[in-house]
Amino acid sequence: MKQVLPTVAALALLAAAPTPSQAATLTVGTSAEPSALDPHYHNLGPNTRARKHVFESLVSMDAKMRLQPELAESWRAIDETTWEFKLRKGVKFHDGTEFTAQDFVYSVCRIPNVANSPSSFTVYTKGIAGIEAPDPHTLIIRTGKPYPLLPVELSTFGIISAKAAGGGAVTFDKAGCKAESWPTTQAFNDGSLMIGTGPFKHKSYTKGDRQVLERNPDYWGPQPAWDTVVFRPITSDGPRVAALLAGDVDIIESPPVQDIERLKSAPNVSLAQAQSNRVIYLALGVQDTPPTITGTDGKNPLKDPKVRKALSLAVDRDAIVKRIMMGVAEPANQYLPAGFYGNNPEVTVATDANKAKQLLAEAGYPKGFQLTLGTPNDRYINDDKVAQAVAQMFTRIGVQTQVDATTANVFFSKRNKQEYSVFLAGWGADSGEMSSPLKALIATPIKEKGYGTTNYTSYSDPELDGMLDTALATVDDAKREKLLQAAVKRAMDADIIIPLHYEVTVWAMKKGLSYEPRADQYTLAQKVTPAK
Amino acid sequence: MLVFILRRLAQSAVVVVAMSVLVFAGIFAIGNPIDVLISPEADAFERAAAIARLGLDKPMHEQFIRFVDSALGGDLGTSFVHGVPALGLVLQRFPATLELALCAMLVAVVLGIPLGLWAGLKPDSLAGRVIMTGSILGFSLPTFWVGMMLIMAFAVTLGWLPAGGRGATASLFGVQWSFLTADGLAHLILPALNLALFKLSLVIRLARAGTREVALQDYVKFARAKGLAPARVVGVHILKNIMIPVVTVLGLELGSVIAFSVVTESVFAWPGMGKLLIDSILQLDRPVVIAYLLVTVLLFVVINLIVDLVYSLLDPRIRLGGGRA
Repeated sequence: MKQVLPTVAALALLAAAPTPSQAATLTVGTSAEPSALDPHYHNLGPNTRARKHVFESLVSMDAKMRLQPELAESWRAIDETTWEFKLRKGVKFHDGTEFTAQDFVYSVCRIPNVANSPSSFTVYTKGIAGIEAPDPHTLIIRTGKPYPLLPVELSTFGIISAKAAGGGAVTFDKAGCKAESWPTTQAFNDGSLMIGTGPFKHKSYTKGDRQVLERNPDYWGPQPAWDTVVFRPITSDGPRVAALLAGDVDIIESPPVQDIERLKSAPNVSLAQAQSNRVIYLALGVQDTPPTITGTDGKNPLKDPKVRKALSLAVDRDAIVKRIMMGVAEPANQYLPAGFYGNNPEVTVATDANKAKQLLAEAGYPKGFQLTLGTPNDRYINDDKVAQAVAQMFTRIGVQTQVDATTANVFFSKRNKQEYSVFLAGWGADSGEMSSPLKALIATPIKEKGYGTTNYTSYSDPELDGMLDTALATVDDAKREKLLQAAVKRAMDADIIIPLHYEVTVWAMKKGLSYEPRADQYTLAQKVTPAK
Repeated sequence: MLVFILRRLAQSAVVVVAMSVLVFAGIFAIGNPIDVLISPEADAFERAAAIARLGLDKPMHEQFIRFVDSALGGDLGTSFVHGVPALGLVLQRFPATLELALCAMLVAVVLGIPLGLWAGLKPDSLAGRVIMTGSILGFSLPTFWVGMMLIMAFAVTLGWLPAGGRGATASLFGVQWSFLTADGLAHLILPALNLALFKLSLVIRLARAGTREVALQDYVKFARAKGLAPARVVGVHILKNIMIPVVTVLGLELGSVIAFSVVTESVFAWPGMGKLLIDSILQLDRPVVIAYLLVTVLLFVVINLIVDLVYSLLDPRIRLGGGRA
């Protein structure tokens, strides 16, 4: 103790004195931590965020989720099932070796061979039937069937160095690439294989505490403004805001909605916000025996399109956005906001309680029925409060609604067992285009096609599935967009997935910094700049 | 003595076995990890593959047998989320939590005993009353709120101390510790204070109650009558006698401070076991939750054993081994 006290006093003095300017270090407070640094280990937001600083992909997405060149300078479809990618020349890995087509081949080969991967990237590589490299900077990628989303999917995973990982000679084989061994996740976590082409080099990593990166002076693209970047996971909302206000960190992601007013009025904080790719929706189950509906003699009223339309009309989206989301959301009229690929400008939603009551009466439920609405209470912004509001709006048209709010892991288990007739959830379209929500939420569950993976409503419309089939086999971008727009119209007319709002993602940072807000919600240090 | 220790070890083994069964059954009751772990974009084949990879396709009793089998070999399973051994993950975080807990206990003892003594010796003085009122606050204010207030006061408003995180560390015995560097110490102060608050109040109350009782005993009166210096009366005759309950309670509380520093670790983003536990529960990372709870059980068992031994040193009348000596 004798030595501690003077140290404390000295520290207090030090901290009170003006600190020297550290313009070249950026400290980021993140809301979640990656489960590993291995870029192929876990297909999860925080992992991808961490990956994008060190490892790059052939194609990347800009802040509005439009495709742009990264390690590939250009690409084109030679025919329906053959794609040609021209790779960037003169790109160096962090260990000095040159990036070539072989590194891509090796990365695609390694993805199915990551041990213990909880959620693998193979969803994005299994469309690939063959890869050839006529020269070190050209890739010919063949797909088994017409596959327009190939460039989008190639933006999801990072490319590691084949040479550093000991795979210089591996060739692609659809049935499984041959290699003596594959690099372990541990080799990435301890830093030995953190060799990418990205704007930052790996420096150190302490799980739960911090990840430190330093600038890559040989980066092919524009140099980031920071010599050093520190990522600190601060998973609790309040402390993350406090860390920013205290000056411990320079920028934080997703400050809690209730603190946004305060941050706006703080003199040394500025905010950036953008519409995200995530829609919050209600899903209406059309099972034969509804699990959480009573007062209908066991029948499922949601099978009647009129009842579904009535529930959609009952929701006042503007009120939810203004009063519950405090403006940190935009009312939604379909599954992706305007400006995203596949958004159909002709699709609209309306709020009309009287019409809703009338439709209920026409459907044979003049006195309504009782309903329990399932929702998580810690997954989306204000999720349980939104559900409460929706319940009141349903009750107003005569459908007595209760809310069953539980923590996310319990909610998702119950939902996946179809224990709710109606539930609230969210969908972020990682691909940034309309086929993602259509395929996952409303298409008929078909294993082979990967359709309906999150369709827990028992809804099935073969005609809609057919429209999706056609769209997903159309390589012509303009034609495909028309087909997706038609499909979203049909899906919205069914009122199975009722969109409520698009979440808005907010970043808070020290005054003097600027960040272009991203629809995919990633916090990228290379895009944080000192404002001029 | 040896018999006592052996018997305690046997008891402890039973506790550990019972706990592992309870924990395993309990963790099975909440949710399905697959629903949380897997990307919603994954298709049905991916899901099936992941379920098989994690061994979740087997019935519970089979999973339990497999768990016991490898646990006997010292392997508590592989984290679903991080893909590394769960026990290693927990032990890696242990020094950070231990350091925080010991600092908190130090604060509680160094401040609590003198304050409690004072309040016990002068119960009607203004200082005595202030101390007691303060201890009530320490009991009743929620840790989370106090932590946020500490951050708002000392980090945000005054800017004296960092708002969270562990700061720089230095290596001792191959482990990273914060208290060895100035930056680390600065990061340690607020969370240690936050964690100490409840224990501090407890120590104050125990010390005060003990002092009031002991001060009226004949031997204290006799010591005073003999003309011993007041400092010696308080320092030896009173202090030594109030320490027995304090040591017992602190021993037990050390376990709980380590086990339940969850709240403080979350508020201050302190990379300890508690934060790992919360994250693991939210992600349904079963092996990590089980490893954490088993480590905690072992910790309690060891601490209780040490408490019993220290107890006998403080008061020779208490004999270990059930009075057959």
